[in-house]
Amino acid sequence: MSPTEGDDGNDPLVDALGDDGDHEDAPERAAITGHGRRGRVAADGGSTVSEFEQTAEITMTESERRRQWLEERVLAPARIIWDDWRARTGALIVAFYLFMGIVGPRLVDAPSTNQGPRLRGAFRTLEHPLGTTASGVDILSQTVHATPAMLIMLSSGAVFTVVLGTAVGTVSGYKGGRFDSVAMTINDMVMTVPGLPLTIVLAAVLQIEGNPAVIGILITINAWAGLGRAIRSQVLTLRDAEYIEASRIMGIGTPRIVLGDIVPNLMPYITMNFVQQARAVIFGSVGLYFLGVLPYTSTNWGVMMDAAVNRAGATSSAAALHWLVVPMVTVIVLALGLTLFAQGTDRVFNPRVRARHAETIEDDEDEGGKGGSTTTTATATGGV
Amino acid sequence: MKYIVKRLAQSVLTVFAVVSFSFALIRLLPGGPMDYLRAQIIQQGGSDLSPEAINMRIEAQSGIDPDRPVYVQYVDYMIGLAQGDLGRSVWYGEPVADIVGPAIPWTVFLTGSSLFLAFVIGVSLGALMAYREGSTFDVGSTGIGLVLNSTPSYVVGLLGLTFLGYQQGLFPTGGRYASEVTVGFNLPFLASVLHHGALPILSMTVVAFGGWALNMRGNAIRILGEDYLRAARLRGLPTRRIAIRYVARNAILPMYTGLMIAIGTVFGGAVIIENIFAYPGIGFYLIRAIDARDYPLMMGGFILITVAMVIGITVADLTYGRLDPRAKGGESRESY
Repeated sequence: MSPTEGDDGNDPLVDALGDDGDHEDAPERAAITGHGRRGRVAADGGSTVSEFEQTAEITMTESERRRQWLEERVLAPARIIWDDWRARTGALIVAFYLFMGIVGPRLVDAPSTNQGPRLRGAFRTLEHPLGTTASGVDILSQTVHATPAMLIMLSSGAVFTVVLGTAVGTVSGYKGGRFDSVAMTINDMVMTVPGLPLTIVLAAVLQIEGNPAVIGILITINAWAGLGRAIRSQVLTLRDAEYIEASRIMGIGTPRIVLGDIVPNLMPYITMNFVQQARAVIFGSVGLYFLGVLPYTSTNWGVMMDAAVNRAGATSSAAALHWLVVPMVTVIVLALGLTLFAQGTDRVFNPRVRARHAETIEDDEDEGGKGGSTTTTATATGGV
Repeated sequence: MKYIVKRLAQSVLTVFAVVSFSFALIRLLPGGPMDYLRAQIIQQGGSDLSPEAINMRIEAQSGIDPDRPVYVQYVDYMIGLAQGDLGRSVWYGEPVADIVGPAIPWTVFLTGSSLFLAFVIGVSLGALMAYREGSTFDVGSTGIGLVLNSTPSYVVGLLGLTFLGYQQGLFPTGGRYASEVTVGFNLPFLASVLHHGALPILSMTVVAFGGWALNMRGNAIRILGEDYLRAARLRGLPTRRIAIRYVARNAILPMYTGLMIAIGTVFGGAVIIENIFAYPGIGFYLIRAIDARDYPLMMGGFILITVAMVIGITVADLTYGRLDPRAKGGESRESY
């Protein structure tokens, strides 16, 4: 149907096909271009279709498209995660905590004093599987009811850091020049301020309420700077890549290049950092709740540890030890789950691994990251 | 040379910004520290104090004279700080500089030792793991490293305090050194300092070296597959030279930037650890100050922690340029 004849306008074949030049039913280019533009057949009826204008021969229906999207974005990653035992463990742990945070509070009674005998040890009775505190509060119900606030806190902290860090890092690395100098000077200044002490001081001075979302941001208040630095150095290696240069020559604006060409390539790194920030929020918040310097509205794992140590002397008396150990294990398992999950996501973004797992998609599918194995700075949050 | 000057200027600017920020926090926040300090003084001294006398006391404690315009207060505050005047602690009744000043070396001792130990142990372990990739040792160490890396230092600290401190009595449960030793450069004192510092250092080291090891392992394995390594082997270079100059150097370099972030986390972690072990470092006083709402002490502690960290990071940054000749800024290139 592409008009390959001369454009004298009287071509009988064209008339016979009823082609009036309006190519509404022109086949769309298959969804392999990054910018999602639709290709169009040479409308002027030029004698040949240039290579750049050529369209794919297969048309996909809406449902096929949806199925492909599902396959690409949901099923294949899920399969990859399931395939790797570490990622699978991590995903199961994270799912368990999500369950504990969302459904848990409805299944387990809210903690209150004198739910049971005082300082009952863990794994002694079925009514209080994790034991009770010095005032007879069930530790299991405390642990479960602390989860929702914790999940909100770590998501808000991680989102805040990742969005800000990525924005600063990509724009600064891509733009370069004066903007880069200024942004990085500010960035480095923010980076050299010690994070947790800053959080402590701000929490003391600002008299904030115990809103978990605010506290999550407060704990990662300057973590974006470190991420911004790291992302910038990754962008520096990307910005001279051919396809980005091509976009630049085509006159595409900075925001679109950053969002369309650069950020997708950094997704593995960004996801990894999202998880690490979430872990940093857990460590930081539990630590600061333990010190008693953060305001809180509901029960919290750190507050539990604080109470165990300072009210029941859990460090020196064995009777209260379970009160201290239960929140500790809760924190460690969640952090471990997040770490394992992060390692799995690295594989999800590797196109070679994904292609092996996507059953209905052909091999030449070119989406997402370049699959450069990004080694993560696991130590970045390890010291807290 | 130009870079060094620029970097130093930036560090000074950072400290300056933090100090200005802390001034703003103390002075400008309505209902903030200044109002609280005033209320505290009125409560202590009764209502018989004249407003002038109250202001005098506020100035003595915070180094800020509330009578004068804000910019004059700011300049006075900065000049005072430059002369080492951090104000007077409300709780201890002593100049803040006399309280937190002597605490700095102890915090630096804890953080520096644990940073160094974790890095050295981690790099060595990671290199070994990469060398024996796939062995039981490698798999086992990876697992242990992952678990340790998911453990906060205060958890290790609390468990250490419980089992090694209270139950076994192997280590002291608080303080910087035993009260009976004489302070100075003598063996009992140094031994006592190490004995008291061992658990805090240990808890920060144990949680950190696993991360370094995993990092080192990944880097070393990647480099072992590089072409230039094959070329080096083909040239017949001795194994030792390949291991140190080719693998170790290239594997450690990317981790050096991680070291700068680690300095920050270690200083943050030390705040919690010092409080668990009742170890009078800056972090210990910072939390005391928060509990007592002793704002001059709090800000003084915060400023000093920042200065210590800025110095640490500046040193790390300046030495990086020496280690990696490729390190250079991005000003030479710009895109529009």
